[in-house]
Amino acid sequence: MKFDTPATTNPIDQLKIIGHATSRIDGPLKATGRATYAYEWHDRAVKPAYGYIVGSAIAKGRIASMDLSRAKAAPGVIAIVTAENAGKLGKGTHNTAKLLGGPEIDHYHQAVAVVVAETFEQARAAAELVQVDYSAAKGSFDLSAGRQSAAEPPGGGVDGQPKTSVGDFAGAYEAAPVQLDATYTTPDQAHAMMEPHASMAAWDGDRLTLWTSNQMIAWTTGDVAKTLGLPKENVRVISPFIGGGFGGKLFLRADAVLAALGARAANRPVKVALQRPLMFNNTTHRPATIQRIRIGADRNGKITAIGHESWSGNLPEGRPETAVNQTRLLYAGENRMTAMRLAMLDLPEGNAMRAPGEAPGMMALEIAMDEMAERLGLDPVEFRARNDTQVDPEHPNRPFSQRQLVECMRIGAERFGWSKRNAEPGRQRDGRWLVGMGMAAAFRNNLLMKSGARVRLDRQGRVTVETDMTDIGTGSYTIIAQTAAEMMGVPLDKVVVRLGDSSFPVSAGSGGQFGANNSTSGVYAACVKLREAVTQKLGFNSADAAFADGQVSSGNRSVPLEQAASDGELVAEDSIEYGDLAKTHQQSTFGAHFVELGVDAATAEIRVRRMLAVCAAGRILNPKTARSQVIGAMTMGVGAALMEDLVVDKRAGFFVNHDLAGYEVPVHADIPHQDTIFLDETDPMSSPMKAKGIAELGICGVAAALANAIYNATGIRVRDYPITLDKLLDHMPNA
Amino acid sequence: MKSFTYEKANSPAAAASAAANHSNAKFIAGGTNLLDLMKLEIETPAHLIDVNGLGFDKIEPTSDGGLRIGALVRNTTLAADARIRRDYGLLSRALLAGASGQLRNRATTAGNLLQRTRCPYFYDTNQPCNKRKPGSGCAAIGGVTRQHAVIGASEACIATHPSDMAIAMRALDATVQTVRPDGSTRDIPIADLHRLPGDTPHIETTLSSGELITSVTLPKPVGGTHIYRKVRDRASYAFALVSVGAIVQRDGTGRVAVGGVAHKPWRVEAAEAEMPRGAKAVTARLLEGARPTKENAFKLSLVERTLGAVLTEAKG
Ligand SMILES: Cc1cc2nc3c(=O)[nH]c(=O)nc-3n(C[C@H](O)[C@H](O)[C@H](O)COP(=O)(O)OP(=O)(O)OC[C@H]3O[C@@H](n4cnc5c(N)ncnc54)[C@H](O)[C@@H]3O)c2cc1C
Ligand code: SF4
Repeated sequence: MKFDTPATTNPIDQLKIIGHATSRIDGPLKATGRATYAYEWHDRAVKPAYGYIVGSAIAKGRIASMDLSRAKAAPGVIAIVTAENAGKLGKGTHNTAKLLGGPEIDHYHQAVAVVVAETFEQARAAAELVQVDYSAAKGSFDLSAGRQSAAEPPGGGVDGQPKTSVGDFAGAYEAAPVQLDATYTTPDQAHAMMEPHASMAAWDGDRLTLWTSNQMIAWTTGDVAKTLGLPKENVRVISPFIGGGFGGKLFLRADAVLAALGARAANRPVKVALQRPLMFNNTTHRPATIQRIRIGADRNGKITAIGHESWSGNLPEGRPETAVNQTRLLYAGENRMTAMRLAMLDLPEGNAMRAPGEAPGMMALEIAMDEMAERLGLDPVEFRARNDTQVDPEHPNRPFSQRQLVECMRIGAERFGWSKRNAEPGRQRDGRWLVGMGMAAAFRNNLLMKSGARVRLDRQGRVTVETDMTDIGTGSYTIIAQTAAEMMGVPLDKVVVRLGDSSFPVSAGSGGQFGANNSTSGVYAACVKLREAVTQKLGFNSADAAFADGQVSSGNRSVPLEQAASDGELVAEDSIEYGDLAKTHQQSTFGAHFVELGVDAATAEIRVRRMLAVCAAGRILNPKTARSQVIGAMTMGVGAALMEDLVVDKRAGFFVNHDLAGYEVPVHADIPHQDTIFLDETDPMSSPMKAKGIAELGICGVAAALANAIYNATGIRVRDYPITLDKLLDHMPNA
Repeated sequence: MKSFTYEKANSPAAAASAAANHSNAKFIAGGTNLLDLMKLEIETPAHLIDVNGLGFDKIEPTSDGGLRIGALVRNTTLAADARIRRDYGLLSRALLAGASGQLRNRATTAGNLLQRTRCPYFYDTNQPCNKRKPGSGCAAIGGVTRQHAVIGASEACIATHPSDMAIAMRALDATVQTVRPDGSTRDIPIADLHRLPGDTPHIETTLSSGELITSVTLPKPVGGTHIYRKVRDRASYAFALVSVGAIVQRDGTGRVAVGGVAHKPWRVEAAEAEMPRGAKAVTARLLEGARPTKENAFKLSLVERTLGAVLTEAKG
């Protein structure tokens, strides 16, 4: 199905099932431990051996020699795979560094061997006996040092343009009576999901089955084939349950490749889970940024010039963190510029993490807006509202499909009690706490991606959906079931959803908050086809047949749905594909974050008191799963603001705090009270579902709202994340 | 993890002598620290002696009005004990500030005292670390040191002792009872249990090889207001950046021990004489001679400010 004209009324608009707060249909499986995760397919991959990964001890250089003899002789060892004996390996389209290193080493903890043994303990013990001698080379590990030599990245695709310019930024900024020129930094961050990267691999001749934990089945199937030099048809990837991803599992990673290579060498199934201490340097992470923002405004608070530059680093061939892109769209202003620069660093590969680009970009931009509001003597909500735009500021003839940023801010301010905020910082005290409020806008683009599905109707009237879409804990199973139920006029429990299998039609996958809208639209398309097949079979005119309550009816004739499958299952398959609506209309999601927090007057410890997010993001398919996404994102935003920081050892070139004790993410005690409000919105430009993304919108702006609240509480403006107490302490008033 | 043999000891003396009979043996109590370290081959005992069945799981009054805490009393049990809560509130609060409920259910009094540092380089066996591998160097010096010691450190090691409980024990003047492989027993004042790193950071305590902790004794209660204040980036489940354990009497005198600053619980009795004059005076004496790194210099003012808040709170 090609979606190239705005959606009109369709069966989804009935909202009998879509739009209702529905608990996850996979919840009971998970709560009772019966959902099979990647490391648990013991009934399929029978008697697996265990692989344990050896990570490089240096960040850059070469393996001078490797002595496997002691490890090979260790009890239970079946095989050891290294780059030397693995055969020729390719590199996946979506990988920057090789997943099995050697003799060249590209980054710390790059896999250099997998030891396969009868038991996990034997593999782990033997892995310690692998003797690797390295000759280390000098690397670059410091973004601020690399800033001078950073170059313009190629750009293109989702990265956008490396350089943009509209009007005369320099002149307008120079002439502006009120100016801000400030530099912000965001650190490297880790996805730190609960389930590590894990895979089980089994070969049948030259056909490989991989049970893994992965967000993008089709990408990964292709990259397995490419890496191992197999025809794509010979690779089956299965990933129905995923214990968190956040972008860290968008790609083929070392666990999967090494399970496959280990299984080939051992001649039996092999399972590999990346050990937790490797999770931070072996995999991808959100790269650090340095961002310079300049804003010029007239005395009424109208922005006349806005400029955003960002520096980030990556391995050769790696991409930049696109932290400037939201600044091209979020606020009005006739004169504008953005620029990205990319430094070559020898740290682990930087790549997507929840709201890549916008999450760190908004961390900086939304502090800048707060600073600017203060300079202008305007309320931060009012300043933003004065610079709202209903059109793409670079292309004024291109409207936003929907844009309720101002509504989000106004409703949020009202609900949160924003008017009680004292604009003068450091004025509100509650016992030992300095209390402050902060807000920020939320913004994230809506991405459209082709997505397919297959639907089956059986004799019992059961509808089965098959798509390689994944559920990374987000609720995909549930919203897909809701979509099929709504379309076919059956209750939710008549729908079976099967996900995450490369033998199913290719979907958008989970990432970039594009999963929900696109994958359900693909299911919609397949259901439209199935409805046609049903009506044809039952002798209805497809245009006026209604599907409701398990019946198909038209006029006064009504037939049970299952009758259409009485002499055999009906199967329909289709994809949603998009025309030019995203070109003619800018599709984005909007929101506003409000935070109240306390800063301990003595210790400068920062503790959140309450948070509110108001979102306008198209139709909310399931308010319950959407809320879970948003509060999860808000929690992650608190982590970004207050604690998350992959600390680089700039001598040896690695992230030092590479476990969950050292890399802190919020715990329950950090998150006392969260509220979410979804504005009523449908976006007919986005898809037949009229929905957009929500899961990444929820993180964009949160950290800045905290930073602004900290400023409001203390009068201390911190521009370097995370905002830890040591950055406040010297400037705190006497307790 | 290296392969090891395992036995369950049936008496304290047997445990101690088993330790003496095996080169490279270790006692295991709750295992919450030792097993993590064994998995990473930071600890590589060849033999484990399980001391859980030795019956050291009671809290009993002593003849001079104090309490004897069995070495195997779990942190949860100890924190919840009515006598501890009433007379040694500092200890209960320090325990509850540490780890998580699940870990405290398992962690023991002796194991807690003997837990090892959380220096990140200690945990990464690719990196030089004098504590893990004597003579290999110290990766932390010149590296990432926000967590590290500001006082009492050496050219060989700048790690801190991470225990919350030990701070309270130090302020309460606890003593540690042990039995040695030859069957002899002794009392070690808590102040003498942990060592500064010096040239031998791998030797962390004054316990001799195979010496088993059997109990920890608290002297009779000293009254006063007991406050434990743990400062950290997140609200729970994190080690202290600094912590202050204080007992403050009505007249403003009292005791202070500080965590997160040194290789052992840090207490300077002479500094306590300054308590009536306030936090600044106490801290000046307590942290005299401190040599912080650029990254952890904030701990000096943090100790002072935290202590200030504690003293204010104690006044009520
Ligand atoms: C995730 C996590 C978070 C934590 N957070 C904190 C925190 O915030 N604050 C804090 O203070 N602690 C924290 N801890 C540490 C925790 O308190 C310790 O792991 C625990 O107290 C150790 O007790 P155990 O009985 O399990 O010791 P074990 O692991 O069994 O033993 C530790 C050491 O003591 C020795 N040992 C044990 N018993 C005896 C004995 N009777 N005689 C002689 N030697 C003995 C062992 O040989 C071993 O060397 C944390 C731990 C974890 C895993
Ligand atoms: S500070 Fe101590 S524990 Fe840390 S690396 Fe140096 S020697 Fe090892």
